[in-house]
Amino acid sequence: MADPVLSFTDRGIYCPAADVYIDPWRPVDRALITHGHADHARPGMSRYLAAHAALPVMLHRLGEIDAQGVAYGEVLQIGGAEISFHPAGHIPGSAQIRVAVGGEVWVVSGDYKVVDDGLSEPFEPVRCHSFISECTFGLPVFKWQDQAEVAQALNAWWVSNAAAGRATILGAYSLGKAQRLMRMLNPEIGPILTHGAVEATNAVLRAQGYALPDTIQVTPDLNPKDYPGALILAPPAALGTPWARRFGTASTGFASGWMRLRGVRRRRAADRGFVISDHADWDGLLQAITETNAENIYVTHGYTDIFARHLNENGWNAQVIPTEFGSDDDDTPDTTESAA
Amino acid sequence: MKGFAALFNAVDQTTKTSLKTKALADYFRTAPDDDKLWCIALFTGRRPKRAVTTTQLREWAAEQAGIPLWLLEESYPIVGDLAETIALILPPAREDTDLPLAHWIDTLRALTPLDVPDKKAHILAAWDQLDATERFLFNKLITGGFRIGVSQKLITRALAQATGQDEPVIAHKLMGGWTPETTSYRALIEADDPAADQSRPYPFYLAYQLDAPPEDLGAPDDWQAEWKWDGIRGQLILRGGDHHVWSRGEELMTDRFPEFSRALDYLPAGTVFDGEIIAWDGDAPLPFNTLQARIGRKTVPKKLLKDAPVILLAYDLLEHEGEDIRDLPLRDRRARLDALCADLPKDAPLRASPVLPFKDWDTLAKTRATARDNRAEGLMLKHLGSPYLSGRKKGDWWKWKLDPLTIDAVMIYAQQGHGRRANLFTDFTFAVWKGNDLVPFTKAYSGLTDKEFNDITRWVRKNTLQRFGPVRQVRPEHVFEIAFEGIHKSPRHKSGVALRFPRMSRWRHDKPVQEANTFDDLQELLETYG
Repeated sequence: MADPVLSFTDRGIYCPAADVYIDPWRPVDRALITHGHADHARPGMSRYLAAHAALPVMLHRLGEIDAQGVAYGEVLQIGGAEISFHPAGHIPGSAQIRVAVGGEVWVVSGDYKVVDDGLSEPFEPVRCHSFISECTFGLPVFKWQDQAEVAQALNAWWVSNAAAGRATILGAYSLGKAQRLMRMLNPEIGPILTHGAVEATNAVLRAQGYALPDTIQVTPDLNPKDYPGALILAPPAALGTPWARRFGTASTGFASGWMRLRGVRRRRAADRGFVISDHADWDGLLQAITETNAENIYVTHGYTDIFARHLNENGWNAQVIPTEFGSDDDDTPDTTESAA
Repeated sequence: MKGFAALFNAVDQTTKTSLKTKALADYFRTAPDDDKLWCIALFTGRRPKRAVTTTQLREWAAEQAGIPLWLLEESYPIVGDLAETIALILPPAREDTDLPLAHWIDTLRALTPLDVPDKKAHILAAWDQLDATERFLFNKLITGGFRIGVSQKLITRALAQATGQDEPVIAHKLMGGWTPETTSYRALIEADDPAADQSRPYPFYLAYQLDAPPEDLGAPDDWQAEWKWDGIRGQLILRGGDHHVWSRGEELMTDRFPEFSRALDYLPAGTVFDGEIIAWDGDAPLPFNTLQARIGRKTVPKKLLKDAPVILLAYDLLEHEGEDIRDLPLRDRRARLDALCADLPKDAPLRASPVLPFKDWDTLAKTRATARDNRAEGLMLKHLGSPYLSGRKKGDWWKWKLDPLTIDAVMIYAQQGHGRRANLFTDFTFAVWKGNDLVPFTKAYSGLTDKEFNDITRWVRKNTLQRFGPVRQVRPEHVFEIAFEGIHKSPRHKSGVALRFPRMSRWRHDKPVQEANTFDDLQELLETYG
């Protein structure tokens, strides 16, 4: 019997026909990378291949690497495999990776969401025989509100804080989530200040041509009093630290899919939780899986056992694949960002 | 319901007590009276009678959501709250109404006599006209347990702000056996006479643990010392021709402890005692587990009454000759208490808890060290000039408890918590060595910091050996110091012992797993302190 198109190894997802790994978690010769989050784009690979739009952030985060870019939809022949990258809608530059060997097609989703966030290249369904899907939010309790409604609540919160003379501090992962939120904010309410980790990513994305509102980086000599009514965007780990206390009386918020759960929201001890995720919700996962037309579904990080059982009961052939993904603020309810 | 939902959101969205109080006070100024009454009732642990079972709720919700029941059941432990799980999986409501809280409670109360299909129709109709937060609250009305970060103290303060009454007055009005079905907001909060209800207890005065040296309290002459007994703090109320027994948790326990009916033979009506209910052998307290046999029982068989008799060791006198004497200084209240108890026969179900004489703090420290031998948890120190306040207050009263007993144990099982602790491993089982085996002997849930709970949760996920439903067996690798207040024999436990108030006092990163304590160490503690 021929090798399967993709197999699951202790280094990551492997394609024998092309001799490449997809988002490997141990050093390998050639790595195809779905997106720049630290649990997917790791250091130590000899060669990297990613969508053009994902490269600048990877270079920023991983330093001097041997990296090649590819356009969305462009087909590369690597060994016996045809490989192409397709938008995953997760963050700017994120991709699903399609691998075809002798007419059999597999797709690795990476992280994805099916709704258009107005910033990332929108998710494109790719037909395949086998689909490797994340399922971070693979439970029917996870259903996202419209982004416009969340934006309204977010801006209303900012307005009321500004009116009460309080600073507004919003915690969000510095790559992707922070920029998506910036686009949801109404800059007429007040200035947007940023933590250095967020601003560094902003600079990279702006240079690529992603349109972001004006921001002011918080530096040691910045006097918060000069920016009344400001909203401060920072990685979650910065909240509750001396860095955040310089802004005086403040209302704090988090933006993550986990904020859907009251228990997690309360444990974060933030004043507000905004349900906004860069992963697909329950309906989004099922929609994406249906649209691939795949028969075999391999589920990775998230509520894998439960989600696979549901798929199996509904006519798919689903299996759980252990991976080492999962460290952005949406991946587990209590991670504090360490890699940004 | 929108007003109540807005109140809930306001309270739930902040961690600041002042903002919570303000939101509640605003609600008490503006909401309809019936809604206010139910709001008070819900936040003080009262709720409408359960009209449908949670099993029915689960089935109907899964059906409405178009998912199999097992998927709801799997989601529940991850969300950590059934009412919330159901609210989250239901499809969006098709109607939008704003009927008062009291309307929904009346709806639920009217369900009781209906047959199941009618009940279901009413519940589904309700879900279909409430938004996400309102649904969660509606479900909470059914499943009970309105623990959402609003304490009785907060309610008391907010009512005081909204009505201009003093907090202790409000606190007193909220005590006792009132139900929203049988009173009104006006009668409960605005009527002037809190004594209108003959069974109503006074708010309990509670103390903080003394952390500073007792010398800081000043002259020993100004202080009264007594044992801090390990029983159930309670009030014995003698009014009219009746007696009532309340626990500090405001549970009416009159029928559970029939011994106290005899108090009326010796003591006049218009008398209220604060004290400790303990199992008593005629001269001294019996171990706490003797009393435990009585706690769970609503009716008491004769044999148990004989084997585990209880009395009240009275600490204080709150009402005397029908008069509220809480404002008198302790020395006067105590004098009246002693006078009342002086001539009681030895078999009366009440006696004054002895005052422990001491001339200086050093002597008292020596007395404290003997607390366990006297079956006490430590000492209470009360300023002789102190009035009887309500709630937990610093200054005049202090607990001076013994240091807890400790043992170093190995974590072997872990389970996720609920509510605020959903998704986090917080419930653990601990074991000690017996040869090469680990014998489980206690569970513990508290004592770690949020960061430690996060760390251990990450570790548990990576070090699970086996799963038994929600329980995970983990690699025996971590040693924790378990602190507890007492130890006694227990045939119900595999290890043969049961601990009182076990908690994790320290994560012993420094201790290799082989150096945890042994089963023999545990037996020795049992022999010394059991």
